[in-house]
Amino acid sequence: MTSTILIRAAAMTDGSRSDILVRDGIVAELGGGLSATGATVIDADGLIALPGLVDLHTHLREPGYEQSETVLGGSRAAAAGGFTAVHAMANTSPVADTAGVVEQVKALGDAAGYVTVRPVGAVTVGLAGTQLAEIGAMASSRARVRVFSDDGKCVSDPLLMRRALEYVTTIDGVVAQHAQEPRLTEGAQMNEGTVSGELGLPGWPAVAEEAIIARDVLLAQHVGARLHVCHVSTAGSVEVVRWAKARGIHVTAEVTPHHLMLTDELVRSYDARFKVNPPLRREEDVLALRAGLADGTIDIVATDHAPHPEESKDCEWDVAAMGMIGLESALSVVHSAMVETGLLDWAGVARVLSSTPARIGGLAGYDRGIAVGAPAELTLYDPAASRLFGTADLRGSAVNSPFLDRSLPGRILTTVHAGYPTVLDGELVDVDTVARSAGATRG
Amino acid sequence: MRHLLSTRDLDRATAIEILDVAEDMADVQQRAVRKLPTLRGRTVVNLFFEDSTRTRISFEAAAKRLSADVINFSAKGSSVSKGESLKDTAQTLAAIGADAVVIRHPASGAPQVLAQSAWIEAGIVNAGDGTHEHPTQGLLDAFTIRRRIHGDAARGRDLDGIRVTIVGDILHSRVARSNVWLLSSLGAEVHLVAPATLMPVGVGSWPATRGYDLDEALATKPDVVMMLRVQAERMSAAFFPTAREYSRYWGLDDRRFAMLGAGSMVMHPGPMNRGLEISSRAADSAKSTVLEQVANGVSVRMAVLYLVLSGEKGETP
Amino acid sequence: MPGRIVLQHADIARALTRISHEILESNRGPESLVILGIPTRGVILADRIALAIGDITGQPIAVGALDVTMYRDDLAQHPTRTPSPTRVPAGGIDGATVVLVDDVLYSGRTIRAALDALGDIGRPRAVRLAALVDRGHRELPIRPDFVGKNLPSAQGERIFVRLTETDGEEFVSIASPDTPPQTDQPTTGGPTR
Repeated sequence: MTSTILIRAAAMTDGSRSDILVRDGIVAELGGGLSATGATVIDADGLIALPGLVDLHTHLREPGYEQSETVLGGSRAAAAGGFTAVHAMANTSPVADTAGVVEQVKALGDAAGYVTVRPVGAVTVGLAGTQLAEIGAMASSRARVRVFSDDGKCVSDPLLMRRALEYVTTIDGVVAQHAQEPRLTEGAQMNEGTVSGELGLPGWPAVAEEAIIARDVLLAQHVGARLHVCHVSTAGSVEVVRWAKARGIHVTAEVTPHHLMLTDELVRSYDARFKVNPPLRREEDVLALRAGLADGTIDIVATDHAPHPEESKDCEWDVAAMGMIGLESALSVVHSAMVETGLLDWAGVARVLSSTPARIGGLAGYDRGIAVGAPAELTLYDPAASRLFGTADLRGSAVNSPFLDRSLPGRILTTVHAGYPTVLDGELVDVDTVARSAGATRG
Repeated sequence: MRHLLSTRDLDRATAIEILDVAEDMADVQQRAVRKLPTLRGRTVVNLFFEDSTRTRISFEAAAKRLSADVINFSAKGSSVSKGESLKDTAQTLAAIGADAVVIRHPASGAPQVLAQSAWIEAGIVNAGDGTHEHPTQGLLDAFTIRRRIHGDAARGRDLDGIRVTIVGDILHSRVARSNVWLLSSLGAEVHLVAPATLMPVGVGSWPATRGYDLDEALATKPDVVMMLRVQAERMSAAFFPTAREYSRYWGLDDRRFAMLGAGSMVMHPGPMNRGLEISSRAADSAKSTVLEQVANGVSVRMAVLYLVLSGEKGETP
Repeated sequence: MPGRIVLQHADIARALTRISHEILESNRGPESLVILGIPTRGVILADRIALAIGDITGQPIAVGALDVTMYRDDLAQHPTRTPSPTRVPAGGIDGATVVLVDDVLYSGRTIRAALDALGDIGRPRAVRLAALVDRGHRELPIRPDFVGKNLPSAQGERIFVRLTETDGEEFVSIASPDTPPQTDQPTTGGPTR
């Protein structure tokens, strides 16, 4: 079932207003006063049309941890948050370190149909940090993996990291590093600083992240590879990346929505919803990350959406799982942290949440944004809305959001993926309809 | 007082009230009949996820002298599902009808998690959580200092101007944390002495001065020198090179003990490593408050149990 | 001033003097007498009675304070009470005639608690009870031996006892339930007693 969708009078990121006609999976026409017979008409007056959001850092948990999340559930959370593509991290069980696993994840994503699911391949076998995974096989598989990461663990062995950077160059991929010096963070529970000292929780020092980033950018320079740094969380890391970019090193960096808004003061509650890796940092770090994102030092926002079952958070801080979900709230948080503060305009939001993450991930079709002939991947956002964010706003299996009971601006009203709607009138389109649409698109 | 989770959130008036009630409890300990009927019919559970016989029997004596029923629950849980077990244990205790839970737990914040949870309604008393706080230890130390200084006229008094030097593993010490917050809110001037490796990051924001040199600190003739226990496992983690070197620089040996002023006191939360952080001469001297601390611990814990368990439910401190 | 005054400063002094004489008379002298006040205002009254008896007999009378907080049966029904110190005279109370002194006698529960507390301190030969005001409404079989003033009252009414040492003024008054509570003064003999 292919859809024809006519979106009337949306605000485009360049400030203009335009109708958008979606037909046969692509943006067929842009301009004023468009018409199409039989089209689903969406009144977008007052809404911003953003290109479909692309998350470079999502944990879908399947295979192996279906009690936390599934590809289908995570895809629905993504669509509800305005995403049309996600990169599924490799720390599943079995680990996504073979062509078989990445193809399975891609197939599950295709069948669900809510978003493009791009598997991320592991850098090392079993994320063990000792032996390179079959990067070539994953790259040439049907999943066409281009991003490789041991996320959750750092590729801390410098020689292995060097080899990975070099090897991935041969398939035009990128290593996405989880920068965490393991010895400096043994048993770490939260940011090391004033609050950890008072709470008596073992600290995760900023230097453990900054030292690895510094090492890796120098390695990337030495071997002429490109490097992507996951979830940059400290002011010092921003400085290191800025320095590297000034030297012409091919490094890109991401920041999570939660690191753009939340600080370690929240840990005083010992509420495990605020336990995440890398940990929530200080106010100074939040401000430096915002500035870094605004000036382009940090290239993109990526959610590090990490679903956990309730029992993993409803317990003492020490034994709680690290991670928080973010797909459903990401755009609102960026709106609050970056747009309302005047640091980023909506074109900037499209850059950091769509075109640049697609480029880093080697995902085609997003480079021109919403343009005639481009794949119809877009979302309609009401920037005037405001809501007390709650579990009712969550669409995946997990509820471990740090933003619950916070007032957040904006609301996703429509998401169009591959030319068919996945969200309409603020509600997810049902599973069967989306699956049928996806099937028809694949033909 | 709904719960006692930390000394950081005790204001001066509340702290003095607890110490004053403890004075009354201490008076009772001097009588032939040491028992009070106050908490008859109430159930106090000692929920210990860590071994600590000293703290447990102190709380047990306190609860029994107030006529409460005491259930000792030693729950050294498996590491597999500690999270589940705290919730399950709490719900079990709620079902049994615990009115107060005295909890010792290796995880910092576990008592607060319990108090905030919907798992159990009981009053929660923190008997030591990870490397966070040990509020009744802080209170009994403050009580001991106040009694030594003011004697029978201690009621209602604060610790204004009293100079306390705390020496040792500040980083991992819940006793140090509870003492820093409490003693400073009572008006004492707290000075911390430790090797830099055992000084917490961010200690600059604490209401205390800091130094690395114990001799320098003792030369200022502090009123109180509180020695902290050195855990053996700190050595293997390279916080300091050897026990001998630690003892040489941060131990209260005989030479340093001789430097102390006439009216000063030596405190230790126990158990002591004699010869490591404190010499036997110092520990057994008239300046030492070690046994008073133990005795006062019962009075202070009686006061805390009384204040947590009396009063209407939902009353704020 | 809350409510209607029922005892002026001078009335209180007269009542205490009379009680002192009555105590001496019933004890057939000052021998083995121990006067114990129940905090807060009972302690002040006990001190005054002991002083009066001492003036009459020319020899000092053992006096102290007996806190009953920890023996109350209503701790969970009211905001937390801060106990006051118990002061037992040096000679103890074994074999003595103890006169408990309270400001207002109402339900009798405070006295019940006091008797329990007394039992944990020693074994007196006899225990007597003196109250400045008896307002009735007993809930236990307890009867005062010495009373300053019998004051019939309704259950909802409140009795205020003000003494110079604690309050800077001195009188006893009775107020209807709708009288606004005094901000800084604890009520005495109110419905909680």
